[in-house]
Amino acid sequence: MIHTFQNMGRYFCVDTNSGAVHELDKPACTLLERLTPPLNAEECPADVLAELELGGFDRAELCEIYTELRELEQSGQLFTSDECEAFAASLRPAPLKSMCLNVAHDCNLRCAYCFAAQGDFGTGRELMPLATAKAAVDFLLAHSGNRRNLELDFFGGEPLMNWSVVVDTVAYARSLEPANGKNFRFTITTNGLLLDDEKIAFINLEMANVVLSLDGRRHVHDDMRPTPNGHGSYDLVVPQYQKLVAERQLQDPDRSEYYVRGTFTRKNLNFAQDVLHMADLGFRKLSMEPAVLEEALPFALREADLPAILAEYDRLTEQLATRRDIDFFHFMLDLGQGPCVLKRLRGCSCGNEYCAVTPNGDIYPCHQFVGLEDWRMGSVHTGAWDAQKQAELVRAHLYNKPECRECWAKFYCGGGCNAANVLYRGTLFKPTPLSCELERKRVECAIALAAC
Amino acid sequence: MKHIKTIAPAALKQSAEHGGCGECQASCQSACKTSCTVGNQSCRNDEQRPTENV
Repeated sequence: MIHTFQNMGRYFCVDTNSGAVHELDKPACTLLERLTPPLNAEECPADVLAELELGGFDRAELCEIYTELRELEQSGQLFTSDECEAFAASLRPAPLKSMCLNVAHDCNLRCAYCFAAQGDFGTGRELMPLATAKAAVDFLLAHSGNRRNLELDFFGGEPLMNWSVVVDTVAYARSLEPANGKNFRFTITTNGLLLDDEKIAFINLEMANVVLSLDGRRHVHDDMRPTPNGHGSYDLVVPQYQKLVAERQLQDPDRSEYYVRGTFTRKNLNFAQDVLHMADLGFRKLSMEPAVLEEALPFALREADLPAILAEYDRLTEQLATRRDIDFFHFMLDLGQGPCVLKRLRGCSCGNEYCAVTPNGDIYPCHQFVGLEDWRMGSVHTGAWDAQKQAELVRAHLYNKPECRECWAKFYCGGGCNAANVLYRGTLFKPTPLSCELERKRVECAIALAAC
Repeated sequence: MKHIKTIAPAALKQSAEHGGCGECQASCQSACKTSCTVGNQSCRNDEQRPTENV
């Protein structure tokens, strides 16, 4: 399986099964798109040569390119067969390594697109007691097997609304590191409203990553992220974010990871301007996510918006090609040393290596599954863990998703968001088409940027 | 080659040899929390630990 595409006036080919990516000149890409594997013949097929000569291509050059393409095929870098399915058959339940702690099912913003029903996940406002947070840490340790690096994400709602539990949970987990031979990596996601000097100092000291929610330009942000009394929150959070990031970068460079993360809807399909606005504010690590929403909502992204969104990703790519100091999360791609094929097959590994815990101690496959009662997997209080559900989620790998099997981008994507698959297609095994289109486009943009 | 430049190696199958150690970051946890993607994750298998708990 191969995929050819053009981006920023350059031509590329992804050889899906081997992971090879090639940049070609225009004649080479044009010829490749007309060839049918395997390239057994020593000479370029006469009908293809004739067609391309009529199109103005040079015959001698085409013959030269054909020889190069055959070399790639013979060296296992083009038209390779799929040898990765065998690895899928060996996937089995793995130790837990990553946990999302929903320390607050409450929020001090009323974001219009919130998947968590304005913070309470539709189940009532609730803060996680420290005893539950400690039980969650114990559960993670007990189920982590031989994994050394464990990740604990403080999430919500808004986690700063339960700050003392965040602080005390970090101390508790840290105290357990030496005896258990583990290394905790803490992360937190915040809307910024409750940030103050004390919290900024603690986050910069203890959190390996911090995700700061900002939708971009003031009017875009304020429109979607108002306070409960209807005022915008942009002016309240931006100065705090700037202070946090500035101090973070001054500290240990190893602790400099952060993301300023936005969400775009059909109300700002020109979201590249919002990404660039974040950069203008001084932020360098950026993420901008399509809103995950029911299509009936007026600002939900729809299939009809695709041409505009794809064009906007192209505009963003062109801009970022001139701004190499900016890391845009979805255009980051390590072409040389990315994750192993086993991780690529598993995808997000929710409900297997990753889970989310609610304030009352219930366990779900991930934060997006929270509130879907059928997907409750256990409790950190009783130690219950639904191994059958875990096994079902392990089966949700690329090769058990028919649409993913046929997709050229599958090893970059990992099979989409399982929660979105369940919510919008009723099964783990069918990805959401709109998300697929966006992911394929982002991979193309990422490859083009990586080649710059 | 004159017309083709390889910018990423054919390394997918070989990555299984020392893969599956599970020390890497959970992909959804990293920065997005909504749309999953694995290609932009880093391998944390610095010690090339042998495959276990695949």
